[in-house]
Amino acid sequence: MSIFASLSFVIVTALAFFLFGKKILSIRKNILLGKDIDLSDQPAKRWKNVFLLAFGQRKMFRNPIVALLHLIVYVGFVIINIELLEIIVDGITGGHRVFAPYLGICYTYLINSFETLALLVLLACVVFLIRRNIIKLTRFISKDLDGWPRTDANFILIIEIVLMALFLIMNAADHTTDFVISSQIKPLLNGFSEEQLSNIEHTAWWIHILGIYAFMNYLPYSKHLHIILAFPNAYYASLISKGTMHNMTSIQNEVLYAMQPELAPTNAAAPEKFGARDVMDLSWKNLMDAYSCTECGRCSTACPANSTGKLLSPRKIMMDTRDRLEEVGNNIHKNKQFSDDGKSLLHDYITVEELRACTTCNACVEECPVSISPMDIIVELRRSLVMEESNAPAEWNGMFSNIENNFAPWKFAPDDRDAWTNQ
Amino acid sequence: MKVSTMAEFMAKGEKPEVLFWVGCAGSFDQRAQKITKAFATILDKAGVKFAILGKEEACTGDPARRAGNEFMFQMMAYQNIQILNGYEIKKIVTTCPHCFNTLKNEYPVLGGVYDVIHHTTFLQELIEQGKIKFTDSNEWKGKTITYHDSCYLGRANEIYEAPRKVLESLDMELREMKRCKSKGLCCGAGGAQMFKEEEKGERRINTERADEAIETKSDFVASACPFCNTMLTDGIKNRDEEVAVEVLDIAEIIAKAVQ
Repeated sequence: MSIFASLSFVIVTALAFFLFGKKILSIRKNILLGKDIDLSDQPAKRWKNVFLLAFGQRKMFRNPIVALLHLIVYVGFVIINIELLEIIVDGITGGHRVFAPYLGICYTYLINSFETLALLVLLACVVFLIRRNIIKLTRFISKDLDGWPRTDANFILIIEIVLMALFLIMNAADHTTDFVISSQIKPLLNGFSEEQLSNIEHTAWWIHILGIYAFMNYLPYSKHLHIILAFPNAYYASLISKGTMHNMTSIQNEVLYAMQPELAPTNAAAPEKFGARDVMDLSWKNLMDAYSCTECGRCSTACPANSTGKLLSPRKIMMDTRDRLEEVGNNIHKNKQFSDDGKSLLHDYITVEELRACTTCNACVEECPVSISPMDIIVELRRSLVMEESNAPAEWNGMFSNIENNFAPWKFAPDDRDAWTNQ
Repeated sequence: MKVSTMAEFMAKGEKPEVLFWVGCAGSFDQRAQKITKAFATILDKAGVKFAILGKEEACTGDPARRAGNEFMFQMMAYQNIQILNGYEIKKIVTTCPHCFNTLKNEYPVLGGVYDVIHHTTFLQELIEQGKIKFTDSNEWKGKTITYHDSCYLGRANEIYEAPRKVLESLDMELREMKRCKSKGLCCGAGGAQMFKEEEKGERRINTERADEAIETKSDFVASACPFCNTMLTDGIKNRDEEVAVEVLDIAEIIAKAVQ
């Protein structure tokens, strides 16, 4: 390769990493718009979750066959990217397989295993495309994915197939080597002269590496960001029992001061907003959840409301949160600070009818392979509805007043609470 | 059987081993009262010294909190914790998974720290300790049963085995539904849905679950939550299967077999 090629490669590489880094920082900034919560306790347990849930993909194995296919794509993706290191060094130095002399026979083993994985990844992606577009699994034809999200998913699979194919073609066109999978394609390239083969190899090499850079930069805009965020999201996953709702200390204190006025501080703090109306009212973990979601729809399939035809879809809750957060982030970027756009996550993105359908059964939380809690967002929005807008169905208002007056959700005389002991 | 309140125990200068938290459904709902009585009978026969709070018990605040009304929840929690701490309660057993979850997971941060046990776990312990003995003519032997996991017992608190072990101790044949344990389908009552009409959809959640229970062709459906019990009974009624399949709480099943 010429100096010119090396130089172009260095520039392209630097640009690719710069743009990727910039977008990742902007996502980080968006996530930090969320309310602060402390999730730094019990690091040992948290690391265990990273290994079991993120590396080990434990939740995926609730369906072993799909889990295996996903594992192939994941392991393939990670391991084949080790080869990327050589590709980058080759690109900068203008060398050709610079690691080969150092690794000797091991190099052949290594590339052979990369090629095998590449083929498996390619096949797995084909199976995934078939599941989405020919078998049409319910969670993939759901209206949640109408429009861009469905294209996004297919696009990612097609890019992966193309990248893997290019990797194999590149090796096949390299007459100096003989690797396990690419050697099978070599007969197809029989008619070409050595020069043509070298051109094919170079072209495949360039498209492959440019494709990887493009894919890397596409990631933060797509649902595929989970390949990065699954790890921190597993680390920060909730460690308390799923039945526990986040305690609102402000209200706890308000009740305490009403009951025991002597405890009330003289300088009473200004009342804060109750629950979440918009993304800024959610915790940063809720917002990281939104960026971690890969829109697989396991949550919505398991959701009792969604599977019986109600409007609620936990997957849509996550997608809405991300869309709104991007909108708010762009708004802040443009106006230096958030300028009211007359919209909010509640109502404009997520409707009351959706929120009302949740049974808080935790099925969505249980299913999520990347430790997302859609339910957390649902209950925070419900809090805003009820406490900020007094927006509750009449039956719930009745239930509230029964609890207040009769100490039970039904209208029974409190004196009859132990009547069963005499019957 | 005489059921004593905490106030009565206090007056005698005595302390019970455990407080039986009856819950609103268990106290007022006619169907759930049967579960309450069945469980109290078992405790009595097993020689467990227990008390109830009686008129001093109040809603834990679970449905209010899940509907979004944190004020109401905090008020109820404050009241209940005052009473429980006043009596220096250490151990609580309850037949309602919602009360169980709130008392166990949500009261500690508010100053109410107790050893809280769900009745299915308590029954399993009593059986293992030999405090519950079954009659020789155990009418459940060989009968088929399917157990419906309550969300607040199962996913929320990961109690899947205790209720099943209790049923198996009666030599019943346990048949699992298509979706069970951590994959169990909700009955439709949680998150304060019990207290309102379901949102519009294609089907009702409880009929969907009832269908899964009916599909197992079991003689009985076991529940461990008064709300699940109501929802499944209604769901099965909608399918005209009530003659063939009866929904019973685990406490009711045990009560019938206990010596």
